[in-house]
Amino acid sequence: MTGRGLVVVLPYLWLLLFFVVPFAIVLKISFSDVDLAIPPYKPLWEWTGKNALAIKVNFNNYVFLFTDSLYIKALLNSLKVAFFSSLLCLIIGYPMAYGIARARPALRNVLLLLVILPFWTSLLLRVYAWIGLLKANGVINNVLIWLGIIHEPLTMLYTPFAMYVGIVYSYLPFLILPLYANLEKMDWQLLEAAEDLGCRPWQAFYKITLPLSRNGMLAGSMLVFIPAVGEFVIPALLGGPNALMIGRVLWDEFFSNRAWPVASAVAILLLILLVPFMMWYQSVQSNESAGSK
Amino acid sequence: MNDRRSFFMITCIAFGFAFLYIPILSMMVFSFNASKLVTVWDSANSPTLKWYYSLLSNEEILDAAWISLKVAVINASGSVILGTLAGFGLARFARFRGRFTLNAMVTAPLVMPEVITGLSLLLLFVALEQTIGWPAGRGITTMTIGHMTFSMAYVCVVVQSRLATFDTALEEAAMDLGARPPKVFFVITLPIIFPAILSGWLLAFTLSWDDLVISSFTSGPGSSTLPMVVFSKVRLGVSPEINVLATLTVAAVTLIIVGVSLWMARSARAEKLAA
Amino acid sequence: MIDVKAIPAVKASPWNDPNVRPYVRLERLTKSFGDFKAVDDISLNIYKGEIFCLLGASGCGKTTLLRMLGGFETPTSGRIFIDGDDMTGVPPYERPVNMMFQSYALFPHMNVEENVAFGLKQDRVAKHEIAERVATMLELVKLGGFAKRKPHQLSGGQRQRVALARSLVKRPKLLLLDEPLGALDKKLREHTQFELISLQDKLGVTFVVVTHDQEEAMTLASRIGVMDHGEIVQAGTPTEIYEFPSSKFVADFVGSVNIFEGKLTEDEPQYVRIASEELGATIYVSHGISAAPDATVWAAVRPEKIYMSTEPPDGTDNTVRGAVQDIAYLGDLSIYLVKLPTGKIVRVTRPNTSRHAEAITWDQQVYLSWDASSPVVVTR
Ligand SMILES: Nc1ncnc2c1ncn2[C@@H]1O[C@H](COP(=O)(O)OP(=O)(O)OP(=O)(O)O)[C@@H](O)[C@H]1O
Ligand SMILES: [Mg+2]
Repeated sequence: MTGRGLVVVLPYLWLLLFFVVPFAIVLKISFSDVDLAIPPYKPLWEWTGKNALAIKVNFNNYVFLFTDSLYIKALLNSLKVAFFSSLLCLIIGYPMAYGIARARPALRNVLLLLVILPFWTSLLLRVYAWIGLLKANGVINNVLIWLGIIHEPLTMLYTPFAMYVGIVYSYLPFLILPLYANLEKMDWQLLEAAEDLGCRPWQAFYKITLPLSRNGMLAGSMLVFIPAVGEFVIPALLGGPNALMIGRVLWDEFFSNRAWPVASAVAILLLILLVPFMMWYQSVQSNESAGSK
Repeated sequence: MNDRRSFFMITCIAFGFAFLYIPILSMMVFSFNASKLVTVWDSANSPTLKWYYSLLSNEEILDAAWISLKVAVINASGSVILGTLAGFGLARFARFRGRFTLNAMVTAPLVMPEVITGLSLLLLFVALEQTIGWPAGRGITTMTIGHMTFSMAYVCVVVQSRLATFDTALEEAAMDLGARPPKVFFVITLPIIFPAILSGWLLAFTLSWDDLVISSFTSGPGSSTLPMVVFSKVRLGVSPEINVLATLTVAAVTLIIVGVSLWMARSARAEKLAA
Repeated sequence: MIDVKAIPAVKASPWNDPNVRPYVRLERLTKSFGDFKAVDDISLNIYKGEIFCLLGASGCGKTTLLRMLGGFETPTSGRIFIDGDDMTGVPPYERPVNMMFQSYALFPHMNVEENVAFGLKQDRVAKHEIAERVATMLELVKLGGFAKRKPHQLSGGQRQRVALARSLVKRPKLLLLDEPLGALDKKLREHTQFELISLQDKLGVTFVVVTHDQEEAMTLASRIGVMDHGEIVQAGTPTEIYEFPSSKFVADFVGSVNIFEGKLTEDEPQYVRIASEELGATIYVSHGISAAPDATVWAAVRPEKIYMSTEPPDGTDNTVRGAVQDIAYLGDLSIYLVKLPTGKIVRVTRPNTSRHAEAITWDQQVYLSWDASSPVVVTR
């Protein structure tokens, strides 16, 4: 083996074994029957008698997913929530990323640090913080009542609103950082050139900055959208019992119902849905790094 | 920038940072609140450190923290090795067989929903146990393997992007002076990208320390991590001890991140001057 | 302008002696990136103790050629011999060659001494010998007092000297320098050029230097290889390159020149005559050339070889009239742009000495003339 091969062989095999092979197993189990055993599924093939191999593939799990409207609803709802969360992140995050990229260098590093800090702090604890803010006798309601704006506490916790707040809040740094990295490379003289050629500032922004930051926006939105589709913690803590998200359905099938084959089928379905987005993300990433060289 | 525009920018940034920080600050403030109701300020007895004592004598949380710490340290160290190798390969070798696959395998864990990764890892461990008898049951080992699988991807990205701005002439100069490639890596490349590797280590540590979903899938009886304990507590509602935990976490993270950033800014300046 | 007298005298001319074995031999060397040929079929001999300068416009393949000598690029085809050994596939760390990088590539985490010692450590030279050689080398480049400094605590010129010391301390058979003086200001650059020459004299190392500064090439080189689009279009001593360029490209690239296109009307072994429409006159050249009769040729005349006067000179050959269109004062000399009746602009330089009593100014009618030996005739 060459020296190069020796460098990459270890991570390569590791990811192959612990990241790629598992998906094959998930696929296999998604075709098995549920069983009251440990592990709770029937083997896909069995030696019956002497040399006969019986393979029992069944599509029941998939059929089940499409007949019980719960799964499709959860899937569609997850896509919707993830899409609007990405959009909200973009709306809040773009001005922040832009502002940081254009700040004075000393200030820029401080602001960047302030964006990164929450990202290093446990997601679970930050989501938990919103319970304290949003609940009936939580901080927000208390403040609003004290200000006399409302008299009865608002119901915010365990609503879709809470879930959106939680997702946008948690994933905002994931959008800001790649977008900032993109904007930071921008040559601001382009804007001056555009204004010199007769663009008003907003037009220059719209015609120069926005198209040039397209890859940053796409990469950031993907980093929000893809994991948000399968998000479990936030809907579980903020969304209340009715928050129908596919990640949560998978979790419940697995842990509460011990229906491993169904959970596997859900995972495969979700994966098929997300793979195109992942490939898109990867191509955007490689464009971006090719452009920076 | 004219005044109107900068006013708009400042408003946006201020709003954004308020959004990011108010929840964290409120947790910190209420960690000193005496009332068990958490968000109702008990001005008669507050501020108090009573929940700090209570947290630090909570056996369940301390045990879980100890397990989390072990997993996080092993994970971070392993991920740094695997991630640096992968990052170095991807950044330095323009083409080799399997480059495309490796790149894809390193990018995917960054965005893969955790429930999928967790489920698939668990099913792998179960299948492995059935066929080759290893790993016997699940616990710290399986959890660490699971964490390393996605942490190394993050380390790889950090190392790769650091190497992208690394002047390859330095490596060529070392080779020109007679150092063989492995020597070049250890004597030139590694010391210079050390800050990136350190931040990769910290990142991997944090990812593991904070992980709930993959841990839940891959842990076994008696190996609950801190996030798993916190999650089961939080599901039952707010608890003052969690506020304390959050405050301590934020304080530790702030200290470490600010310290490391200052140190890295200094070494980056030195390198820039030399370039 | 180039002061031809400053060019160091060539001590010997091994390249003219077929019995001397070349020290570095390139055989039909080609390097392609995709279907683009950065270096195209170059064959070249370099001799021991030379300072060989590669000169050419940006992107013509100088760095690529140098990197192949250093072992950082593998040739697509062709071979490289150094001191008789085939080095084509040998990795950089096994070549008896060192390179001084354009960016200097000083290791930022090591001090000056450690940087210079690095290469010797790789060869497992004994500790005391390393210390000794490093100290000597630092003295040689006048950095004795800077051994403990880190690269970022040095000035640009000092860094350049550390890089030089680092690549010389291993006593390479061949030292490659990629635009070694590019980052220095003009004064420091001139100073360092002479230091380089004296260092090379002392150590006897063979240098291959890349530059796109022709003055630098003229000052440093024993020979110059002029490159264009991946090929070496002419290799020769600075005088040869300057006085006898082999093509329009070389004539134009090295120094400035007036080029007149014309047709060969008389072709004798001792002289030729060229009718040039551009010039509006015939050019008489007092040496023979080899070209097909009636071929289109170009006569190149250096601006400093053109006489300018207000009175008509003796003789009628090589004389034209024109009007001064522009004058640029450069201190020691002035450049005159003279417009001929044909519309052609001729560039003339005159030293600004008090000898020239007659001041020539804008729009003045002048006579231009040159010696019959001055023009160089090229056929491509
Ligand atoms: N790795 C590469 N891949 C593709 N093309 C390359 C590569 N390296 C160099 N080239 C191309 O080869 C040509 C020669 O490049 P080279 O660096 O040798 O030029 P140069 O003569 O040193 O120019 P300069 O004076 O600007 O340094 C250029 O057109 C360049 O674009
Ligand atoms: Mg070059």
